[in-house]
Amino acid sequence: MLDRVRIKDHWGEQRIFTTRSIVAGAIVAALLLAVASRLFYLQVLRHDYYAELSQGNRVRIDPIPPSRGLILDRNGVVLAENLPAFQLELVREQVGPQAQVDASLARLVDIGLLDAEEIGAIRRTLLSHHVYESVPIKLQLNDEEMARFAVHRHEFTGIDIRARLSRHYPLGAFAVHALGYVAAISEQDLKRIDATDYAGTTLIGKLGVEGAYEEELHGTAGYREVLVNAAGRPVLRQGAFTPKLETQQPVAGADLILSIDARVQRAAEEGLAGLRGAVVAIDPRSGDVIALASTPEFDPNGFARGLSNKQYDELQNDADKPLINRALRGAYPPGSTVKPFYALAALRYGVMTPERTIFCPGYFTLPGSTHLFRDWKKTGHGLISMRGAIAQSCDVYFYNVAERLGIDRMHEFMSAFGFGDATGIDIPGEKPGLMPSAEWKRRTYKRAADQVWFAGETISVGIGQGYMLATPLQLAHATAVMAARGRSFKPRLVTGVRAPGSNLVTRRAAVPEKTVSEVTADEWNVIIEGMEEVTAPGGTAGREMIGTPYKVAGKTGSAQVFTIGQNEKYNEKELSERMLDHALFVSFAPAEDPRLAVAVFVENGRHGASTAAPIARKLFDAYLLPDRPASQVGTP
Amino acid sequence: MIYDEFSPSRTRRTLTAGGRTLRALGLDGPLTGVLALIVSIGVLVVYSASGQNLRMVEHHLMNIAVAVTALIAIAKFATPQYLRILSPFAYLIGVLLIIVVDVTGHIGKGAQRWLDLGLIRFQPSEIMKLAVPMMCAWYMQERPLPPNFRDLSMMALLIAIPTALVVIQPDLGTALLIAASGLIVMLLAGLAVRIMLISIPLLGAAAWAAWHFVHDYQRQRVLMFLNPQSDPLGAGYHIIQSQIAIGSGGVFGKGYMNGSQAQLEFLPERSTDFIFAVIGEEFGLLGQLLVLALYGFVIARALYMAMQGQDTFARLTGGAIALGFFVYVFVNSGMVSGILPVVGVPLPLISYGGTSMVTLLAGFGILMSLHSHRKLIGS
Repeated sequence: MLDRVRIKDHWGEQRIFTTRSIVAGAIVAALLLAVASRLFYLQVLRHDYYAELSQGNRVRIDPIPPSRGLILDRNGVVLAENLPAFQLELVREQVGPQAQVDASLARLVDIGLLDAEEIGAIRRTLLSHHVYESVPIKLQLNDEEMARFAVHRHEFTGIDIRARLSRHYPLGAFAVHALGYVAAISEQDLKRIDATDYAGTTLIGKLGVEGAYEEELHGTAGYREVLVNAAGRPVLRQGAFTPKLETQQPVAGADLILSIDARVQRAAEEGLAGLRGAVVAIDPRSGDVIALASTPEFDPNGFARGLSNKQYDELQNDADKPLINRALRGAYPPGSTVKPFYALAALRYGVMTPERTIFCPGYFTLPGSTHLFRDWKKTGHGLISMRGAIAQSCDVYFYNVAERLGIDRMHEFMSAFGFGDATGIDIPGEKPGLMPSAEWKRRTYKRAADQVWFAGETISVGIGQGYMLATPLQLAHATAVMAARGRSFKPRLVTGVRAPGSNLVTRRAAVPEKTVSEVTADEWNVIIEGMEEVTAPGGTAGREMIGTPYKVAGKTGSAQVFTIGQNEKYNEKELSERMLDHALFVSFAPAEDPRLAVAVFVENGRHGASTAAPIARKLFDAYLLPDRPASQVGTP
Repeated sequence: MIYDEFSPSRTRRTLTAGGRTLRALGLDGPLTGVLALIVSIGVLVVYSASGQNLRMVEHHLMNIAVAVTALIAIAKFATPQYLRILSPFAYLIGVLLIIVVDVTGHIGKGAQRWLDLGLIRFQPSEIMKLAVPMMCAWYMQERPLPPNFRDLSMMALLIAIPTALVVIQPDLGTALLIAASGLIVMLLAGLAVRIMLISIPLLGAAAWAAWHFVHDYQRQRVLMFLNPQSDPLGAGYHIIQSQIAIGSGGVFGKGYMNGSQAQLEFLPERSTDFIFAVIGEEFGLLGQLLVLALYGFVIARALYMAMQGQDTFARLTGGAIALGFFVYVFVNSGMVSGILPVVGVPLPLISYGGTSMVTLLAGFGILMSLHSHRKLIGS
């Protein structure tokens, strides 16, 4: 009712509206200006910042892994190469919905290409990738598996066989302890490598040449700029345009040329077949390692393709320890093989002359002691001179030598041949062995009573027993120094590096080490003559070297695993196989102009002459008689 | 005197065939021209923003055809008398349809905004953007201005009912636009300044209450607006990617169909709510300023036409259409450029989407009808 009383003032109402509209228009203008200012701020003042964010959004850098360098023997035989490995890969979005993916996986189990237990892990892997990514679901298909998939291929969409480059060792386990292997990059590896250079690479060198020369073999990764959309999917076009994107090609790794001679390596591995042991052969003129074998071996291809936990445990827990490189890591008592070196020391320090004889009754006692140091020959060698003592391996002669030299002079002289210290070979994992001294014992033991060096301990070291330990590599190196009459070179496996994709080989010079001096030519002659007598009729290895067209200088040895008591007799038959003596043989040939020094070590091989020397002969034959048919060299 | 004011333009119109057509259809020349320009720009941008999806462009053109038909039909045939009579019916039917949508949505256990009529689907809430201001204007048409307290309360109720029904859908953006269109009528009707001042703390209290009432995701949006970096992959993603698109466009833009943010789908909702960022990325600052200038012209021209209204209903309805259009522009461009929170409001006449295109052009049809059907004083 009240409304009726109010009067409509048309002109007044129009005025109100006009005023209000004009005010509203001003507010509209002010707010539009505020938006425009904001746009100016974003597009002009902050343009660079947002342009960079936009670029980071659209371009992804995809690494291109380099191809790993090859490894060749000294004659060009390929020891490690890269081959396409075939694997089964699945693209989820091509297969269809998840139910279809599950059905396809189940079908793969049915036809025996996948294990039912693997399915869970495969599903998780698939789900952690984008739907458009090609995900490997089975690695390293063999021919039979590829054929089986081919038969059923029509049943699958979005699943196919793809080839990827993988490391391959064409000769299998051949020279594996020299080559090492490649395996998946571990957490520890990540700490020492440049992650960007390994983006896209899945394998890295472990141990051996593969490990030591990782930097040379790996090469330099390249990259490819990829246009991606918000889902991360690579796309070619950005709206109506194809943008220009950069690609940097990778640089392949360098090829390595080894000092290894596949023929000699083959001889070494054939010699060790079925045994646990190691052989190292060195060219005394350069330090080149011509053969380096340790048995049992293992197939490095397994590591490149990825071992299952079970397979790895089997290797790791094998009683014969195939993963251990006995040539570098097996530190054993060198036994009688060190006698020539002590004989040389005796001449050098003037405690013996070549012609002076010593009476060997079959045992030795220190003055004021009743402890018997037995000779290996119970009846004794009778009167014996230096050459004869080497040839017959007379223990009593060398007990006398050791007593006269004393442990510190023995330590000093043997160190010059590399005993007690790593040789510095160019692959990792080497053990230093042990060349004891009075000072060493003081340093090593805590209790005062244990720190005293006893005279009796010197006597044991005199026949390469007691505290003394050496690796097969050290023995080969020392033998090479003996063969070269004191000239010493650091042992090495890699002699040249070939630039990727060319024939340009950079040779690496031999690395000379400190020469064994203060030994006269006559003194060298005496020892080498003694070693020649070892392989001559009547020597300890006389029967094993009959009929060689070259003259071999050598020394047999055996090292006790099991210590027998003072009044016990050593009875081979009563000892279990693993308690038997280790067999050793060091040698070089031709004796007058040595080209190859070989150390052979056979675990529980009992006799250096009968077990180890024939293996050395195989190596000499392979190296010095190249015309002999080498039917198996370089073939897997 | 007023007759003189009209005569020059009338002379001009008689000069061209186009002018004669416009006049015959009851359309305003300058406004129609600029609207056509904006819609054309929209077609081009939708083609680029949709990733060159011709089906979407086709659909967009069909929406435009429907909307233009509505504009012309309303401008020609919906005379002010009809509009006045229709206003309360449109309002009532609109509210009922929203209730229907709310109830079916509740049963369907999800956000429900659409009404499916088989052939066409539309959002009844969109009708309310026009029906609410028209209802308010209808309510005020015979009452003296400025409105007294009782009138204001009545209008507040007329606004609050549909707004609340849309908020619970939940569709904050549309609710905001409905409320704004009604409030504009109250302001233009002469709402006293002292009441505005008093209502500010009341609105604050209402906002506080609303904070506890709205859905979690809407609260999230406001928080993200305040600090988008706190959740770059979640709710903050829209704002960050939108600003990257605009900022990386620079002054001249990356070029038509070459905006990496839009073309590679880093920009979400690129054809709809965030299409203004596509314009910024591909045409740069200049492109966006041009679009804002065109909008500015439309608002100014519409306000001018509203001012020429001869009665309260015409003036208030026209003013609400003009300023409602501005609210659309400001909320969307402010959201896309990061000065307002993300609310689902499309860029008027450019974003892909049929309902808003039809309501907006229908609104301009009403404005033009009110304008062209004026009685000449003295005739």
